[in-house]
Amino acid sequence: MQRRKLEETVVKGLMIASLGLIVLFLAGIIFVIVLRGARALTWQMIFQTPHGGYYLGQGGGVANAIVGSLYLTGGASVVSLLLALPIAFALQREYASRSFARFTRLALDVLWGMPSIVYGAFGFVIMVWLGLRASLLGGIIALSLLMLPIMTRAMEEIIDMIPRELKEISYSLGATRLETTLAVVLRQALPGVVTAAMLAFGRGIGDAASILFTAGYTDYVPRSLFDPAASLPLAVFFQIGTPIPEVQERAYASALILLLIVLAVNLLSRLLSLRFSRNTIR
Amino acid sequence: MRARYLKDFLASRSMRAAAIGANSIAFLMILGLYWKSRPLLALKSLRHLLTSEVWQPLSGKFGFYPFIVGTVEVTLIAMVFAVPTCLLAAIYLSEYAPRRLREGLRLVIDLMAGIPSVIYGLFGVIVVVPAVRDIGRALGRSTTGYSLLAGGVILAAMVAPIIVSVTLEVLRAVPAEARETSLALGSTRWETVKHVLLRHSLHGVVSAVVLGFARAFGETIAVLMVMGNVAKVPHSVFDAAYSLPALIANNYGEVMSVPLYDSALMLAALILLVVVGGFHLAAHLTLYRIEKRA
Repeated sequence: MQRRKLEETVVKGLMIASLGLIVLFLAGIIFVIVLRGARALTWQMIFQTPHGGYYLGQGGGVANAIVGSLYLTGGASVVSLLLALPIAFALQREYASRSFARFTRLALDVLWGMPSIVYGAFGFVIMVWLGLRASLLGGIIALSLLMLPIMTRAMEEIIDMIPRELKEISYSLGATRLETTLAVVLRQALPGVVTAAMLAFGRGIGDAASILFTAGYTDYVPRSLFDPAASLPLAVFFQIGTPIPEVQERAYASALILLLIVLAVNLLSRLLSLRFSRNTIR
Repeated sequence: MRARYLKDFLASRSMRAAAIGANSIAFLMILGLYWKSRPLLALKSLRHLLTSEVWQPLSGKFGFYPFIVGTVEVTLIAMVFAVPTCLLAAIYLSEYAPRRLREGLRLVIDLMAGIPSVIYGLFGVIVVVPAVRDIGRALGRSTTGYSLLAGGVILAAMVAPIIVSVTLEVLRAVPAEARETSLALGSTRWETVKHVLLRHSLHGVVSAVVLGFARAFGETIAVLMVMGNVAKVPHSVFDAAYSLPALIANNYGEVMSVPLYDSALMLAALILLVVVGGFHLAAHLTLYRIEKRA
């Protein structure tokens, strides 16, 4: 009897310790990045592009990377959204057989887990095939491939939960499938669509491996789709790789900017989804 | 009237086409990468490439063995740290924690999953690498700290959210009756977990671990930042190592000037795709079956 109680206590202690370790690690990451980043973060970092000799410690900032990241991820979000919505709609029971829907879900789940470097490599193959050089467009192609499965799968799950009766009311009034999809399904799924898009945006903006060879890096803000584009994750990566301490400090500041954007997107998507879901019928 | 039906018809066709397109992405990726890696495969057999230890692109020698060992070892180290910790944490959240704590910590874990890998890597450079260096020196090893061990620790943190959240989901899917029966027979909670829950959801827990493994196997930037990147088979956890994804990421710049180099890197990407895709396929098929049963 005593031994069983003892085992229970010991294991429970181990569990709490494990959970504490995981939470502590997260807190440690955020603490270190905020602390080191805040020290190096200035308005100049946010609003200026690199001046001459920036990578030797001269003045300037990472505005090129901030704008580049927003262009890349914004562009990829639009592309993925335009593709993800129809795909998610097409998996409804009115359109697809059960086995087709199941197969597509499996394919999307597998794509979701694909390492981003593989998307980078495949994006590179597409670019060679199209004769493109490292550019904003190339980066958008690779990022869209990465974000599409995330967005589609998240949306499709929301659409799947819409009560059947709601759709049946629309059909009984003589609406076609398309009309029902646009007027009932899209309206009901809107909070989920917004959350899914922001989830994918947060994943996309932090990804470095997929845009490493496809978007390139530059000290300027891109002016067309065919210009190379800088990005925040790569700014962190390149700046920490230099031996000069002043430049490494800037890597911390860039990381803090990136972290703040990602956390803001995550929190905002939660708030928005709470707010929108007030208007859905359950 | 006609126009409405026509619109419906056209929309349904184009949506169907988009879905079929999504289904074929994986196959297109395999084809595309295979097409680019064929020049190398035409010269050397896959088996030779995978088992050769010499990596000298300038003299046309592309041996993937050190990279494969580096990737597998760093992933295994990560799993040694992550699996027991994450399973215990998930069991606690599922079986012991009050609802509010569970929901709150689920949020924290989601947050952790959303942090970009370059930030994990930076944390590794600032904190983990110096710590590993000090531990290594204390044990009498000469090490820079950029090592398999540092990579393993960072990867363990990165896969933790996946393992915890999938395990939690799997455990929550076990019917309450199963728990209650065991508790009614006088077992303690831990005995219930051990004899009922884990047995009931073994496949699901294994899938969670496999998903974590696949994530660690393909992680690029964070590993690239903390492992030191030396193309040799590592002999201890304090040695630098080089992983397959890091190899691709690090050498894209020189690809065009060396013959067959791009072929070799695309082959590495293809290997990653097949291995990680295979693990995911197996894990998700198992999880679907559990979902259907629940």
